[in-house]
Amino acid sequence: MSKPAEAKPARRERKQRQRTALSAHGEPLLWLTGGAMGTALLMIIGLLAFVVVQGFGTFLPGRLVEVTTVQGQRWLGEVSLTELYQPEERVFAALPEVARAAARDRVQAQGGSQRRMLRVENYELTGEHYKWFSDFELAGEREPEWAVLVERREGGRFHGYPSHFLFDGEKVATTPAEAWARYEAEQDPSARRHEQAQELEREEIGAVNLRMERARLAVRKAELEHGAESPERAAAEAQRQTLAPALQAEYDAIGQRIQALRKENLRHQIVFTTADGTEKAIPVSEIVLAYPANQLTFLDRIGIYLHRWGEFLVDDPRESNSEGGVFPAIFGTVLMTLVMSILVVPFGVLAALYLREYAKPGLLVSFVRIAVNNLAGVPSIVFGVFGLGFFCYAIGTSVDELLFAEKLPNPTYGKGGMLWASLTLALLTLPVVIVATEEALSAVPGSMREGSYACGASKWQTIRRIVLPRAMPGIMTGMILAIARGAGEVAPLMLVGAAKLAPELPLDLHFPYIHPERSFLHLGFHIYDLGFQSQNSEAAKPMVYTTTLLLIGVIVILNVTAIIVRGKLRRRFQSTHI
Amino acid sequence: MSPTTQSPELRSGPILGKVFEAVSEGRAFATETHSALATEKQVLEVRGFELWYGAKQALWDIRMPIPHGKVTALIGPSGCGKSTLLRSVNRLNDLVDGVRIGGDMLLSGDSIYGPGVDVIELRKRIGMVFQKPNPFPMSIFENVVYSLRIDGERDRRVLEETCERSLQGAGLWDEVKDRLNDSALQLSGGQQQRLCIARAIAAEPEVLLLDEPCSALDPIATGKIEDLIEELKGNYSILMVTHNMQQASRSSDYTAFMYLGRLIEYGPTADIFRMPHLKETEDYVTGRFG
Repeated sequence: MSKPAEAKPARRERKQRQRTALSAHGEPLLWLTGGAMGTALLMIIGLLAFVVVQGFGTFLPGRLVEVTTVQGQRWLGEVSLTELYQPEERVFAALPEVARAAARDRVQAQGGSQRRMLRVENYELTGEHYKWFSDFELAGEREPEWAVLVERREGGRFHGYPSHFLFDGEKVATTPAEAWARYEAEQDPSARRHEQAQELEREEIGAVNLRMERARLAVRKAELEHGAESPERAAAEAQRQTLAPALQAEYDAIGQRIQALRKENLRHQIVFTTADGTEKAIPVSEIVLAYPANQLTFLDRIGIYLHRWGEFLVDDPRESNSEGGVFPAIFGTVLMTLVMSILVVPFGVLAALYLREYAKPGLLVSFVRIAVNNLAGVPSIVFGVFGLGFFCYAIGTSVDELLFAEKLPNPTYGKGGMLWASLTLALLTLPVVIVATEEALSAVPGSMREGSYACGASKWQTIRRIVLPRAMPGIMTGMILAIARGAGEVAPLMLVGAAKLAPELPLDLHFPYIHPERSFLHLGFHIYDLGFQSQNSEAAKPMVYTTTLLLIGVIVILNVTAIIVRGKLRRRFQSTHI
Repeated sequence: MSPTTQSPELRSGPILGKVFEAVSEGRAFATETHSALATEKQVLEVRGFELWYGAKQALWDIRMPIPHGKVTALIGPSGCGKSTLLRSVNRLNDLVDGVRIGGDMLLSGDSIYGPGVDVIELRKRIGMVFQKPNPFPMSIFENVVYSLRIDGERDRRVLEETCERSLQGAGLWDEVKDRLNDSALQLSGGQQQRLCIARAIAAEPEVLLLDEPCSALDPIATGKIEDLIEELKGNYSILMVTHNMQQASRSSDYTAFMYLGRLIEYGPTADIFRMPHLKETEDYVTGRFG
């Protein structure tokens, strides 16, 4: 018994030390939690800042530099990247003998070399989009006054010096300034003619084609419904026969008008000399944008910058998506997200209402709830596969057989499309809406329900008039989460409707105006396509950032709209008193 | 049955009187009901009502006539079953899982718990105001006419008349007449509670149930509600649960003292507070117990 008595003071001492233990202080936990929070914030802000800086920089017009290598080659381009590196021996070996020693000394003296990546373009002549130049390789560099950057409709950018202007094959201006002035004067009329031709091609030829196709489909339909030998088919065929010459004539007339416009446009050409002296004639109408990069004032630069943003936001893509605008993709993304929200919210709310208000709590309901939550963890590509198998192939083909038999074997609904993509994403985001709605429903105070029942309201009246309005902000939160998840989703869309090229929007002026079966462009898919599927991935890289920035912007706008609506609802339905 | 008359032996007994003893031991006893109640016209009659939450019995053989046009207060310590009894009148306890009942109540002679009673129709005849103000998430106007709306009333004139009459009745009209379309949730707590009273009387109920209507309010708002109860007296039959002895003595005509799920004593408020028949009641109202 004496031993424990002796041990006692020692234990007491230890206890005293424990009082100042680290875990007893607030600071370590504060640092731990704050650190975690800070790290997360840093990563998010870093990512966003990176995308914003890169994305906003894409359209800034740079200066054009002409470099002369020690071998005597001349290149004209925009500096797109500068870095320091340690050149390997074989780099020196490639240099001509006279320059080799000097280059070596220079690199040694500086402890490395700077090298720049020039966007040289003129792909059809050089076979290169980008080229690295180390400082020691260069014999000279300058920023020529008349270096012009040309963005062409096809064939990528062109860098060169205007040499003269051709009108009907005749030289009409012989100095760079004159040729440039002539180009600027001809620019607008040419662009107008080009637009006219395109409009004719798209709208009028499209309309004629549509009528031809309808006549053909009418024949096919009559054949399917009444048989190959039936009088109905014969009548439809006769109608097609009578229609065909008229349509053909119309078609030819439009074709001729287009030809005339094109021919007129070919009369005006501006001839450029590249850095190495090759001449290249470019029809004015083929030029989207051209500017003498080294003569620009600050305002000119801003003008070009804004012009490029404008083009990016409202134009169709060109050059397999790597140039031009992304308007169809914005349109497709927004429309798909809206359709998805319209589909998922009522469905999710009804399901949540049943689970929370009607179903008797028990094992089965808990099981269903767990299953719904698990659904949120299923990889999105699985939803894509399901959408493809169920919506496109199972439902879509049945719809085709029933309603669009005459178009077979071309599928109408039996392939990916706007509707199926929206439905697939609705399914994908359903758990989010159900969970958020259930939480919102359970947060409606019981006193409100009781108050309603005490007034003699039935269960449904209580739900409709009290519970749902009160839960509306929470339901909106679910919708916001669903939008955020759905708008940024790409993988399932690749299977059920997002396309690389979709010539027609899902909404247009041709009957029936809404075409939910059409495939569409999507910003998320566009990013993937630009970054990993384009031939000129280096040139597409800035566009990847810009498109990412745009996608983030679109999602932010959709979310902010929803948040504002939710704020209004909240002010209406929730109180600050008691 | 144990003796429940006002015998001197009982009045001078220990604080825990014979009735409490009987109650604690689960023996039956009869409520001490004062004779003054016999002369009153009844609007509601509780007939041997009993209630269980699952296996636990919460109300025992309550027999209680509620007089017409008067204010009846239910007092008693927490958990004595006052609110349960009140909520049984409009069958709100139906919403609670595992509730069983015995006996019946009659509202103007109609059975409340009888077979085939339409609960929703029944609740329309009974107004209720809760402990915490519970205005609905809608405008002041819509709150007041809620019971008409759920009946499908569309006539704007009828709705507006009802709204004005009910808000006047609840003494709230002058304060809110210019902002009927504002959210009810922006009102102060006291205003919200009067709005709830307006909502309850909009349906012209036969009985108005008040479940501790002032317990969540500040003294000034409480005073206004008490004045309002005074004004409503006569036009409405009010059954009120209260924790506040002063409130019961000020506002009510009759007072019922409940304990452990039994109705102990029931009579005119003045008698209950000044010369109760039972020792237990006296102890409770004088604050010696409770």
